[in-house]
Amino acid sequence: MTLMQSMTATTQPLLKVEGLTKRYGPRIGCLDVSFDLYPSEVLGIVGESGSGKSTLLSCLAGHQRADVGRIAYDGRDVLGMSETERRRLGRTDWAYVHQNPRDGLRMGVSAGGNVGERLMAVGARHYGEIRGKAADWLGRVEIAEDRIDDRPSAFSGGMQQRLQIARNLVTQPRLVFMDEPTGGLDVSVQARLLDLLRGLVRDLGLSVIIVTHDLAVVRLLAHRLMVMKSGRVVEQGLTDQVLDDPQHAYTQLLVSSVLQV
Amino acid sequence: MTTYNFAYLDEQTKRMIRRAILKGIAVPGYQVPFASREMPMPYGWGTGGVQVTAACLTPEDTLKVIDQGADDTTNAVSIRRFFQRTAGVATTEATTEATVIQTRHRIPETPLTEGQILVYQVPIPEPLRFLEPRETETRKMHELEEYGLMHVKLYEDIARHGQIATAYAYPVKVEGRYVMDPSPIPKFDNPKLTANPAIQLFGAGREQRIYALPPYTEVVSLDFDDHPFTASKAAHDCDLCGARDSYLDEVITDDAGGRMFVCSDTDFCAGRRTKGHKGRLGADLVAPAPHPLPTRGEGGAQPVTVTHDAAAHTSPPPRGEGLGGSRLVSDLQTESQP
Repeated sequence: MTLMQSMTATTQPLLKVEGLTKRYGPRIGCLDVSFDLYPSEVLGIVGESGSGKSTLLSCLAGHQRADVGRIAYDGRDVLGMSETERRRLGRTDWAYVHQNPRDGLRMGVSAGGNVGERLMAVGARHYGEIRGKAADWLGRVEIAEDRIDDRPSAFSGGMQQRLQIARNLVTQPRLVFMDEPTGGLDVSVQARLLDLLRGLVRDLGLSVIIVTHDLAVVRLLAHRLMVMKSGRVVEQGLTDQVLDDPQHAYTQLLVSSVLQV
Repeated sequence: MTTYNFAYLDEQTKRMIRRAILKGIAVPGYQVPFASREMPMPYGWGTGGVQVTAACLTPEDTLKVIDQGADDTTNAVSIRRFFQRTAGVATTEATTEATVIQTRHRIPETPLTEGQILVYQVPIPEPLRFLEPRETETRKMHELEEYGLMHVKLYEDIARHGQIATAYAYPVKVEGRYVMDPSPIPKFDNPKLTANPAIQLFGAGREQRIYALPPYTEVVSLDFDDHPFTASKAAHDCDLCGARDSYLDEVITDDAGGRMFVCSDTDFCAGRRTKGHKGRLGADLVAPAPHPLPTRGEGGAQPVTVTHDAAAHTSPPPRGEGLGGSRLVSDLQTESQP
């Protein structure tokens, strides 16, 4: 890739969302959400429970179908794709980290098999290579290599979450959706996980959309921030700018609600 | 038994099943749902196979029924008698004479020919079931050809046992499209599935599914590049007929470690013995045996059973099956004595 090409590549948004709306009958899931996500950028979405952030994420990842709006990934119309194409994208270029690792892992399959599944899904048929890559990825998420044949049910919560991350990143996706990846973990484990995530995002140049209600998480990880309330985006901007100088009344409430210790 | 319709099922039911069979043949490997009926036998004893056989039978047919390769075990005898009584068709034990063969967990050793129909009894038709419990999801996976999960199962086998330890119900891909469970046949039989001149029909009564392989369909056993598929069998020759290339049952003959290996396909074995082939114990069994086999009811003798699937001690027992793969050695003895 020449310098010119790489420069134009970085100036093109990886994900372009316009007027995305999802309704549950008469109720609003999310309303008229628009944003651009550039390569290697981390976008945080914060808001209280029921503000539509999870709905937005599942619409973006294709788990739910949006009613109105357009999603363009790398110039391709996501909503107009066939399901085969969209699911292939979901196994290769995209990754989805669930809040509860049990939703994202196969609990009856060994750690190595969990990491290898995406490789096999895209056609890897060499056992030695699959196992080698699985071992490499377990190392990257700080899971000892001799645990490769253990089932996730024998892992602690933090290890399960790291395993889920390894399983998602093994096919080298470009865009990762994360739904409260640190929820349900105690603070010290959270801190290690965030450290790990920050390292991986930086080293691999991942674009990430991370949904959370934990402002500390977005402060550490996110470059830009979107604040949602009642299905609408009420404020967006650079993370530090939004958190240090909140303009909207709800954002001010959110920022001031964080306990200081 | 004139009160029964021909082959037990009423004509409308047979018509419904034939439609499912035709659809299955049109889309090889695809599981066609059908309205499975209650049959006068428990689930797990071949209710699916029996319904498919009933829908295929004509009065001119000659029926053979085998259970783990044997013509004379409980399941085979009772199903054969069922169709003798309800359809009045001719029955046979010879593979070459049969036009319809219902089988539980084996493909006959004698190559099948055009015009024959092989009906399998299937306990669980969904090859992905033990990896993905949701039916909605497995259907979607078949629809979108997402079969990576099947290799996860094989990966787990190698990780745990050092090799692909799946010894029966070994998953196959049909015509490069559908992944199919070939029913719990030993993987030794998998190579016989492909390019077979006979029609192969699979019936799962409890799960209400029918699927099919038309003649000469390409069927490939799944594997890894560095762990290729191998059709395994016990490393012995048949002790009765000396066959080296047939699938063997291991027979425990006493409580002191004595054992013998015999062909699981009784018709194949008997055929070879009438042609004069002899195995290690083949002659001894006819003459007064220096290595006596205890019979049922003999004072102090241990109950003696035949374990099927001799090649795979590591594999779990066949799943969801009412009838275990065992038969008494006394049956064997009567069969081996002319």
